[in-house]
Parts: sequence; structure tokens; C-alpha cells
Amino acid sequence: MEKLMYKSWWKILTVVLLIYTITAGFLFSVPRKPILNETIRALHFHVPMWWGMIVLLLFSVVYAVKSLRTNDPKYDTFSVEFANVGILFGILGLLTGMLWAKFAWGSMWSNDPKQNASAIGLLIYLAYKVLRSSIGDPMNKARISSVYNIFAFACLVPLLFILPRMTDSLHPGNGGNPGFNIYDLDNELRKVFYIAGLSWIMLGVWIATLNVRVRLIEQKRDEII
Amino acid sequence: MNGMLGEIKYLLLKDLSLELKLKHTLGSIILFAFSTIFICYLGFLNIVDQFTWNALFWIIILFAATNSISRSFTQEGEPRFLYYYFIVRPQSVILAKSIYNSIVTLLIALLSFGLYLTVMGNPVDNIYLFLSAIVLGVIGFSLPMTMVAAIASKAGNNPVMMSILSFPIVIPVIINCIKISKIAIDGLDVSFSFDEIAVLLAIDVIVVILSVILFPYLWKN
Repeated sequence: MEKLMYKSWWKILTVVLLIYTITAGFLFSVPRKPILNETIRALHFHVPMWWGMIVLLLFSVVYAVKSLRTNDPKYDTFSVEFANVGILFGILGLLTGMLWAKFAWGSMWSNDPKQNASAIGLLIYLAYKVLRSSIGDPMNKARISSVYNIFAFACLVPLLFILPRMTDSLHPGNGGNPGFNIYDLDNELRKVFYIAGLSWIMLGVWIATLNVRVRLIEQKRDEII
Repeated sequence: MNGMLGEIKYLLLKDLSLELKLKHTLGSIILFAFSTIFICYLGFLNIVDQFTWNALFWIIILFAATNSISRSFTQEGEPRFLYYYFIVRPQSVILAKSIYNSIVTLLIALLSFGLYLTVMGNPVDNIYLFLSAIVLGVIGFSLPMTMVAAIASKAGNNPVMMSILSFPIVIPVIINCIKISKIAIDGLDVSFSFDEIAVLLAIDVIVVILSVILFPYLWKN
């Protein structure tokens, strides 16, 4: 990532894929199903936010481990910026999900385990931000918040991957609800969905690396002054 | 390894004798739990709904545990930890504190449970399963909260910090405890709760391994 963030080929690719996702996501024909109707298009915009949150938080944890091992302040910058964009994706995922749930399930919040898990994930990472802002010394800040980042992510894993499987979820594909692959007989959705997932994650990584680059330049400037 | 067990034993004995010497600290937490239960009793008078009865009990235990555990790294003060730094391994400190917090919180939880049954009525059908839910739950809270207390003590020692850092982390534990104790209230067979018990034990294992790995980084200043 340290070298990749200065390359431009994957950013051009991201823009191309996103243009495809947005046009195809809104314009391609979708399976017509009762209740869902056109809201099935939320698949291309809501589900990738959730994936993006997981991937970005995973990057954040990886850099937290690197930061603890090397004590290099650069890795701490990576870790916090990935967490920031992860929080942004989590909020967007919740909002788009609530909008969709209002139509499909009848209410914004319906005690769905996946909804709850993403809300708890947000609580953890917002607490992480509060923890960071309460420590003054940058070295201590990096060390202590990295420890919390790793610890909290490990505690989040059972919440994200085990508990939702133990209870019924309203989400498509869980608890007897058919997933989109059953509706998607002619692969109409799949053509866009995987590209959409990839492109939104790449956009998240791009935003995070831009922030990292700004922060690294600021740190260099502070050293010169 | 043998030396580490000895270190844990001495640290544990030190904490327990310190607790017996300063009776007011443990007493204040028990009093806190008791007055909370009494406020709930006066507020609710009689809880007919078993879900409410169950959830209320766990919330009281959660708050009592937070209050009791948040002092585990602040009570003794910085100079004494500097001294421990030279004579014991960091892993021994976190393990001894985890075991000690589990014992103390278990004591508080059992005493509170007694009072809670007395004033709020007893809808529990399978009392042994409920008690095992308390034991598993209290250990499940105490292990991650001890680690979070260590983190919070490094972050300016703000009491709110302990709550906001630990509550989201212990949510999986408390959800599973509420499920097990609901099974106990309904008097269903123990085998219905095996999944939840397995998840609780798995969380305990993850938390202990991570505490042992991560605490040394937290400790050195």
C-alpha cells in the first residue's frame, strides 16, 4: 500500500468501474419481484458499503499491528485514516440500509442482527476516535489506540460472523429468506454486483490513502519547521 | 512457565489482601449494586414480563462490573506499577488482574442476585443453569474489561472512557448471557444453551490470548 498509493492506474480503474456501477446499477433491467420491485437496486449501493467497512477496518487493524511492531508513526497514520473511512462507510451502509428497510421491512430499524452488529461496530470505532483524542503524546496515542484497535476488532469478529448465523435475520439470504442469487435467474444483478463491490472498496481505499498522503506531508512540514 | 504461575499467585494474594485491608472499596461496589436494585424495585414494583426481569438484572451487573473493574489499574498508583515492571512479567500482571477481577465481580454478582431474587420475585425455573450463566457471564465481562481498564487507565483515567470503550466490546457476551438465562428461566433443557456456552468460551479464549499478547505493549511507557 505504501508504494501503491502513489500509482494512478488503479484510481483510473476505480473511476471506470464506478461509472459502470452507477449507470448499470440504475439502468440495467432487474428482476421484478413483489415488495422489492426497483428497490432491489440497493444491492449495488448498500451491500458494498458493508463490505467496504469490513475491508477498511481490516486494513486499519493490519496497520495497527505494524505500528505496534515497528513503532513507526507512519503506520499509525495509515491505521487511523483507514478507520476513519471505515466509519464513513459504516454510516453510509446504515443509512442506505435503513432507507431500503423502510420499504422492504416496513420500518427503519427492525432488530436485525446484521443491523445491530454494524451499529456496534460503529460504536467501537467511534470510541476508538474518542480514545485517540484523549491522549496527548503522539507516541503513546499510537501505541494505546493500536492496542485497542486490535483488541476491539477481535471482539467484533464473533459479533459479525458468528452471532448473526445463530439467530434469524431479516436480511435476504438469512433465516429462510431467499438471497438475491435465487431471484437472479438470468445473472442480471450479478453482472453489476461484483463490480460494484470491488469499485466501492477501491474508492474507500483511495479516499483513505489520499488522507494518509495529506497527513504525511503535514508531518514532514512540521519536521522542517 | 513455573515462575510465571508463582508470580500470578503472589500478585493475586497481594490484591486479595489489599482488598481485605481496604474494605470500603469492595463494600462501596456492593452497596452500589444494592441501591441500584432497590431503585429498580421501587420503580418497577413487580415485573411480570420475564424479558424485562432478565435484561434488568444483567444491566445492573454490567454497571456494577464496570465500576468495580475500572479501578483495577488506578487504585495502586503509577509508582507501584513501575516497581512491578522490574520484578514481574507483564503477562503475570494482566492474568492476575483478570483472575482477581473475575473473583470479585462474581462475588458482587452472586450477592446482587440474592437480593434481586428477594425483592423482584423469582421466575427462574432452572436455578443451576442461571447460576452457571452468571459464572460464565461474569468471567466473560471481567476478562475484556480488565484489558480495557488497562487501556483506559493510560488515557487520562476518565471514568466515562471505561464505559464507552468496554460496552460495545462486551455486547456479544451480554447477549449470550441473556439468552442462556432466558433458557434457565423457561426451564428448558441445558442442551438448548450449548451453542451460547460455546460462543462464550470461545470469546474468553480469544480475549485471554489477546490480553497476554497485547498487554506488554501497553505497559511499557
